[in-house]
Amino acid sequence: MTDAALPATRDRPMREPTSWERLRSNRDWLGFWFMVPTVLLLGVFLAYPLFLGIWLSFTNTKIGRVGKFIGLENYEWLMDDKVFWLSVTNTLLYTVVASVAKFAIGLYLALLLNKHMPFKAMIRAVVLIPFIVPTVLSAIAFWWIYDSQFSIVSWLLRKAGFITTNINFLGDPWNARWSTIFANVWRGIPFVAITLLAGLQTVSPSLYEAATLDGATGWQRFRYITYPILTPIIAVVMTFSVLFTFTDFQLIWAMTRGGPVNATHLMATLSYQRAILGGNMGEGAAIATAMIPFLLAAVLVSWFGLQRRKWQAGVGND
Amino acid sequence: MTNSKFSRRNVLKGTAAAGAGILGATDLLHFAKAWAQEAQWKPEAGAKLNVLRWKRFVPAEDDAFMQIVAAFSKATGVEVNITNESFDDIQPKASVAANTGQGPDLVWGLHSLPHLFPDKVNDLTDVADYLGKKYGGWVPAAEGTCKIGNKWIGIPVAFNGGYMNYRIKAMNDAGFKEFPKDTAGLLELCKAMKAKGTPPGFAMGHATGDANAWLHWVLWSHGGYLIDKDNAVSINSPETAKSLEYCKALYETFIPGTASWNDSSNNKAFLSGELFLTANGISIYAAAQAAGKGGDAKQQAIADDMDHAAFPIGPSGKPQELQLCFPILQFQYTKVPNAGKAFIAFMMDAAQYGPWLSAAVGYLTQPLNEFEKLPFWTADPKRTVYRDAAKRSLTAAGIGKMDEKAASAIADFIVVDMFANYCTGGADLKGAIAQAERAAKKLYR
Repeated sequence: MTDAALPATRDRPMREPTSWERLRSNRDWLGFWFMVPTVLLLGVFLAYPLFLGIWLSFTNTKIGRVGKFIGLENYEWLMDDKVFWLSVTNTLLYTVVASVAKFAIGLYLALLLNKHMPFKAMIRAVVLIPFIVPTVLSAIAFWWIYDSQFSIVSWLLRKAGFITTNINFLGDPWNARWSTIFANVWRGIPFVAITLLAGLQTVSPSLYEAATLDGATGWQRFRYITYPILTPIIAVVMTFSVLFTFTDFQLIWAMTRGGPVNATHLMATLSYQRAILGGNMGEGAAIATAMIPFLLAAVLVSWFGLQRRKWQAGVGND
Repeated sequence: MTNSKFSRRNVLKGTAAAGAGILGATDLLHFAKAWAQEAQWKPEAGAKLNVLRWKRFVPAEDDAFMQIVAAFSKATGVEVNITNESFDDIQPKASVAANTGQGPDLVWGLHSLPHLFPDKVNDLTDVADYLGKKYGGWVPAAEGTCKIGNKWIGIPVAFNGGYMNYRIKAMNDAGFKEFPKDTAGLLELCKAMKAKGTPPGFAMGHATGDANAWLHWVLWSHGGYLIDKDNAVSINSPETAKSLEYCKALYETFIPGTASWNDSSNNKAFLSGELFLTANGISIYAAAQAAGKGGDAKQQAIADDMDHAAFPIGPSGKPQELQLCFPILQFQYTKVPNAGKAFIAFMMDAAQYGPWLSAAVGYLTQPLNEFEKLPFWTADPKRTVYRDAAKRSLTAAGIGKMDEKAASAIADFIVVDMFANYCTGGADLKGAIAQAERAAKKLYR
């Protein structure tokens, strides 16, 4: 039976694989299917809300009522809206000042913590505390610290005889801006410091030893060894830091709700106020959409400005 | 079903006593059963009712409300599920429910909530007519807030009154025997109080309740309005300019920091003895009394030395106040419309409403005229002024017609920012008005 069967098999012509069989063995096709879950997740949870938000900004949608397409009307109103432009200025000021301060202090702290010192692990853990405290809790704590009647800072300065009346931290527009920026810096430093510290740990001590033998000063060691090696991490950290700061909401909302006289309104808080509390989803979405170019610019500046290394372009490390 | 002691007729007759807060829990249940037999809305078989309401101010109010819920459930067999949300979260949640067609059957919210989706809520005219006829009619602000034409799209359950809170001794020391009845007198009092080192202070930050209430009063009492009776933007007027000048003069007498104040800031400052005159609900007095009963002599002294007064009359010559309305609405998607209507009517029946309102000790004011006779309003004369809060209030739209835009204008702090802008030097008079006018025109376009 076996002998009889063999010639038949041998005689059968080589069959061309079917399309389905070719597809099944195609690596690209397989790769596509592996990507599908991720694409779906990103599409549903990131792309769809983003495009829905952009679409809403071209409508007069109100909470509880489907809107109609009104073109650029929401944006035209915003162009002539002083409060909107104030919120843009505030957001830029808040982001630039807070990010620079967080970077400078964070880097300094990271360099300090990278040195050998007693209780190093404990000190590193302590530095993280502001980041661990829930944002709203720290905002409420700062709200008390800045209170016009009960501020501990004012109380101490009064007791010490430096001032006679309480500092109007949140009641004066500029005081309020600096106070909220300070609170943001306080919260954001640990993220920068600990991440940069992680980067510093990757720098080989032999590089420093070689540089020291060559007679490099402390500044030269930082400028020509630490900084170049740290640059990729700085790029990532600062990108995230700028994004978090630009889109900050909780600190401002818990402390000032955008007051006094809109002096601390950020684009995110103004968008919430108009869309959710005021019910004007279209206008709120327009304000939120107006944040996108700024965020893209921030990402591009951080990415391309700080990342000049060739490895990123796939050419190998320099 | 009834017994001699708690016959339906006897119990229903006793609503006056019940309204005074005399009924206990067992009595309430008997009453509820009798009421359910009489009620014109018979709950659907096996009905379950989901109610979304604002978070309580006072624990006693919440306790009284939950007693009402329990009695209603036992008497009618309707299972009632209550969900509490903060003020700011009610509107978004109600909106999602309106859009998706599922969620709570009843929503008890703020201001103009029913006007956000008038075509998605049930007509409650029958409930409003029933209650209005039974309890001496609705105050004008209640009708203005909850009616479209002749149709009631919500039932105004209560108002939250805000009034002048002042220290009696500080007022006397400033040369005033009684609280001024007009705006000019108030300014004189504030100047004198400041000179004596006992300053006034009113919230000028984004304080949803306090700042909106007192600054709308300043505007309206001078005859200025954001919109006119046809809902056309009318803020750019000589009356508005006068109100701004008046407010700036008042602001100069304030304790520092009011531009950053939220709704709790003046409470803290008053209770700490640093603030001597402000606009607020009855919460400062209630907190001082509660602390005093707990043995805090300083707080008791503040409670003893403080009193309340209505917002003074301005150049417009009549009360022009903004008090916060709490309307309840029923969505059309509800499968138990009768149970919902029965619940609203039951809750506002004197036997329940009286004890509930009394438990709120002045935080809440009735929209139905009959309930102003409740004895708790006069038991403590310091509370009495809050009794008239609903009666003296305009709607959130002022002299205009109520719609969701009025609530948006309040949520966007258009009037508050106009005054704060001018008083703190952020803008000149014309600039402050122009900014408010533009924001209002954007809303009312």
